[in-house]
Amino acid sequence: MGWLSLAIWTPIVFGAISLLLGREGQQNLVRWFALLGSLVGLAVTLPVVFGFKVGTAAMQFVERHSWVERFNIHYHLGVDGLSMWFVPLTAFITVIVVIAAWEVITDRVHQYMGAFLILSGLMIGVFASLDGILFYTFFEATLIPMYLIIGIWGGPNKIYAAFKFFLYTLLGSLLTLVALIFLYNASGGSFDIATWHRLPLSMTAQTLIFFAFLAAFAVKVPMWPVHTWLPDVHVEAPTGGSAVLAAIMLKLGAYGFLRFSLPIAPDAAHHWAWLMITFSIVAVIYVGLVAMVQKDMKKLVAYSSVAHMGFVTLGFFIFNDLGMAGGIVQMIAHGFVSAAMFLAIGVLYDRVHSRDIAAYGGVVNKMPRFAAFALLFVMANCGLPGTAGFVGEWMVILAAVKFNFWIGLLSATALILGAAYSLWMYKRVYLGPVGNHHVEELTDIGGREFFIMALLAIATLYMGLYPKPFTDVMDASVANLLQHAAQSKLR
Amino acid sequence: MESFGWATLYPEILLLVAACVIALVDLRVTDTRRTLTYVLTLLSIAAASLIAGVQAASGTSSYGFSNMVVNDPMGNWLKCFAGIAMMMTLVYGRPYAADRDMTRGGELFTLGMFSLLGMFVMIGGNNFLVIYLGLELLTLSSYALVALRRDNGIATEAAMKYFVLGAMASGFLLYGLSMLYGATGSLDIGQVIKAVSTGQIRHQVLVFGLVFIVAGLAFKFGVAPFHMWIPDVYQGAPTAVTLIIGGASKLAAFAMLMRLLVEGLLPLAFDWQQMLAVMAVLSLVVGNFAAIAQTNFKRLLAYSTISQMGFVLLGLMSGVINGNASSAYNAYSSAMFYMVTYVMTTLASFGVILMLAKEGFESEEISDLAGLGRRSPLAAAVLSVCMFSLAGLPPLVGFYAKLSVLQALITTGQPLYTGLAIFAVVLSLIGAFYYIRVVKVMYFDAPIQQPVGQAPADVRWVLTINGALVLVLGLLPSALMKLCADAIVRTLGS
Repeated sequence: MGWLSLAIWTPIVFGAISLLLGREGQQNLVRWFALLGSLVGLAVTLPVVFGFKVGTAAMQFVERHSWVERFNIHYHLGVDGLSMWFVPLTAFITVIVVIAAWEVITDRVHQYMGAFLILSGLMIGVFASLDGILFYTFFEATLIPMYLIIGIWGGPNKIYAAFKFFLYTLLGSLLTLVALIFLYNASGGSFDIATWHRLPLSMTAQTLIFFAFLAAFAVKVPMWPVHTWLPDVHVEAPTGGSAVLAAIMLKLGAYGFLRFSLPIAPDAAHHWAWLMITFSIVAVIYVGLVAMVQKDMKKLVAYSSVAHMGFVTLGFFIFNDLGMAGGIVQMIAHGFVSAAMFLAIGVLYDRVHSRDIAAYGGVVNKMPRFAAFALLFVMANCGLPGTAGFVGEWMVILAAVKFNFWIGLLSATALILGAAYSLWMYKRVYLGPVGNHHVEELTDIGGREFFIMALLAIATLYMGLYPKPFTDVMDASVANLLQHAAQSKLR
Repeated sequence: MESFGWATLYPEILLLVAACVIALVDLRVTDTRRTLTYVLTLLSIAAASLIAGVQAASGTSSYGFSNMVVNDPMGNWLKCFAGIAMMMTLVYGRPYAADRDMTRGGELFTLGMFSLLGMFVMIGGNNFLVIYLGLELLTLSSYALVALRRDNGIATEAAMKYFVLGAMASGFLLYGLSMLYGATGSLDIGQVIKAVSTGQIRHQVLVFGLVFIVAGLAFKFGVAPFHMWIPDVYQGAPTAVTLIIGGASKLAAFAMLMRLLVEGLLPLAFDWQQMLAVMAVLSLVVGNFAAIAQTNFKRLLAYSTISQMGFVLLGLMSGVINGNASSAYNAYSSAMFYMVTYVMTTLASFGVILMLAKEGFESEEISDLAGLGRRSPLAAAVLSVCMFSLAGLPPLVGFYAKLSVLQALITTGQPLYTGLAIFAVVLSLIGAFYYIRVVKVMYFDAPIQQPVGQAPADVRWVLTINGALVLVLGLLPSALMKLCADAIVRTLGS
C-alpha cells in the first residue's frame, strides 16, 4: 500500500470506527480517537511532501490496480505539482477542524467526527485520482458527509441549505458523468485521465465536453453566476463545515479545471477563455461589492471566498505560467485564510450566538489575543504583502496585466474592494468602544483556540514570507500543462 | 429427445415437493411451533437456490422436456438470486406477519414458495406456454398473498385492483402470444426466432402481436403507462407481501422480458425498442415526478420502482442499433446488473419498514421515520445507504448500475440515445430530491415516535448484511458485473 492510499484510507478507517463508538458517555473517547486519527492522517501525508521530487512534471507515488475490469476502471493514484500540496493541506485542515469542534460540538460527537474524517479521506482521494471514474466517485461521495454535516449540525435554515448544496452540486456532476462516458468511448475504452489528455477531439466534441465539465466545476468553485448556493450554505453550516467547505471543497472544482477541462479540451478552453475571464472578473468585482453590504459576518466571508476563487479561475484562463501558478498558490493560501476566517467567526459565535456584525463592537477590549489573530487573518484576506493572501493575488494580477492591461486593472480593483470589506468588518466588530452587554461578558480565547489560531497564523505568515517551497513544486507541472494546453488537439 | 432432462428441473421439483410437504406439516403444528415451518421453508428454498447456483456456475446450457425448459447461466443465476431474495423476504416478513396473524395456516410460507416456483418456471421457460404457466402461478399466488389480511379494507381493495388489472394484462399477453403462434406456427422460442428471421412472415401480423406482448410485459414489469396498479398494490398489500411482489419477482419479470423479446423476437428489435424507449421516458417522468408528492413511504418506493424500471428499459433498448447487434451483450448485461442490484436495494429498504413496523403500527408514512438516526442507528444507516444508492451516488452499487446503463446508451453513438442518456441523468436529479428527503427525515428531524423495539437477531443480521452488500458491491462491483456479462454472453451466444 502506497503513501497516497494510506493518506486516503487512514482517515476513512478512523472515521468509520468513530461512527461505531457512539455510546453514551464516550464523547471524550471519541474526541481523542478522532484527534489521533486526524494526526495519523496528517503524518502519513508527510512522506508525500518530503519525498516529492521537484522539477519534474511526472506523476509521483503512482499506484495502479485493476478495479472494475468490465469497464477498464483502475484504482489509479498519483500526484504531480498541481495536486501535491492539497494532500497535506486537507489533512492539516482536518486536524484543525477536529480540535475546533472539541467543546463546541456536544450532540452526536461520534457522527460529527466520523463525517469529517471520512470527508477528509474522500477529498484527498479526489486530488490523488488519475482515473476518471475514481475521481468521480470521490468527488460525488463527498456530498454525502457534507450533506449530513450541514443538515444535522447546521443553523436554523439548515435543511434548505443542505438540499440546495446537494442538488446544485449533483446536477453539475451528473452532466460530467455523461462527458466521462463519452471520453471513455472516444478513447476506445479507457478511463485513464492521461490517455484522455492525448486524445484528438473535434471542436464540437471539445465544446460539449468543456461545458459538461464546466457544469460540475463552476458550481463547485463556485463561479459567478452559479455561486448563489455558497452564501446560503455557509451561513447554515457549522463552523467546521464552513471551514472545510471553503478551505478544501471549493478547490475540488478549481482542481477539476486543471486536470480535466484545460488538457482534455484545450481548443475549446482557448475559444471560451473570454467567457471564463468575464465570469471571473465579474466574480472579483461584483461579488466583492456584494460582500461589502453584508450584515452577516459569515455571508461576508462567503462572498469574499467567491471573489477570491474568481482570481483562481482568472489565473487559469489567461494561459500563462505565472497566472496558473498564481491560481494554485491562491487556492492553497485561501485554504489557510478562509479556514481561519470561518474559525474566527466560530469563536465569536460560540460565545454570543450571533453572526450579525451589528451585534458586536469593541471586541478587542475584551479579547485582545483573539483580536490580534483576527487582524492578521483579515489582513491576509485583503492581500497584505507578507501574508499568504498576497502571493497568489499578486501573481495573478501581474499575469493579467501582461495578458491585457485592462483586465489586469480590473482584477487589481479586487485589492481595494477586499481591503474595504475586510477592514470595515474588522472595524465594526473589533474596534471602538464595547458595543453591548454581550461583548462586555466576552472572555478571551483559551489554550485550545489559541493553538489552532496560532497554527493557521504560522501557515499564513510562512507562505506569505517564503512561498518558494510552494511555487517550486508546481513549476514543472504548470509548464507542462501549459505546453499541453497550447497544442491544438484538432485533427 | 433421448431423455426427459430431469436435471433441468431439479430446483423446481424440489420446490414443488417441499411446498406440498410444508403445507401438510403446517396442518399438524400448533401456533407456538410455527418456527418449524419457517425453518423448513428457508431450508428448501436455500437448497433450490444452491442447485440453481451450482448449475449456473458450471456455465453450461441444456434443454429438457422436449425443449420446453432451458437451463442456461442467465436463467440459473436469476433463479439463484430470486431464491435468495425470497429467503430474505421471508426473514424480514416473519415477525411482521406473525404480529398480524398472517402465519396461521402457513399461507405466507407456502404461497411464497409457490410464487417462487412460478418465478423459476418463468425464468426457465423456453416455450411461450411454459413461460405463461409460470407467470400465472406467480400472479395467482400473489393475488392470494395480497388478500391475506382479509379483514383489512385497503388490502382487499389492492387485491381486487391487482387481480382485475393483472388478469387483463395476462389476457393481452396471451393474445399477443397467440398472434405470434398464428404467424410462426410454433410456441417454441427457438423455432419462433428462426421463423421470424427468415423474413417470410408478414411484418404487420408480427408487430400487431408484438404490441400486445409488450403491453402485457410492461404491465407485469410495472412501467408507465401500464403502472397504475403499482402504487396502490405496493401501498395496500401487507408490507411483507409487497416485498415478494417488488423483490424476487422483478427478477422473473426481467427473465420473461429477455426470453420473449430478445431470445424470441430479436429480429423485430427495431420495433420493440421504439416501444421500450417511449415507455422508458414515460416511466422516468411519471415515476420521478409523482414520487416527489408522496407522503407514504411505500408509495414513494412504488413510484421509485417505476422510474428505476425505466432505467432497466433504457439498458434493454440499446442492444441493437441499425440491425447491428454488436453492443447487445453490453446492453443486456447492464440491464441485468441494474435489475439484480435494484432488487438487492429494494429488499433492504422494505426490510427497514418491516423491522420498524410493530403490532398495530405499519410505519409506512415518511414522517414515521423522523429521528430514526437516533432511535435505531442500524435501520437509519441501512436505509440511507439504500436511498443514496437508488439516487445513484458513488460509491454505492446504484451508481455502477446507472453507469453501465448510461455507458450502454452512449456507446451506441446515436444522438437520440445520447439525448436519452442526458434526459435520464437530469431526471435522476429529480429522483435524488426525494431520496435525500428520506435521509433528511431520518437524520435532521426530531423524533416523534418512541425508540424502536429490538428486532429479532436474524432480521438484524440479514439487514446488516444486506445494507453492507449495497456498499461493498459499490466499492467492488467487478465480480457481479462480470457474472452478469458472462451469463448474458453464454446464454445468448449458445
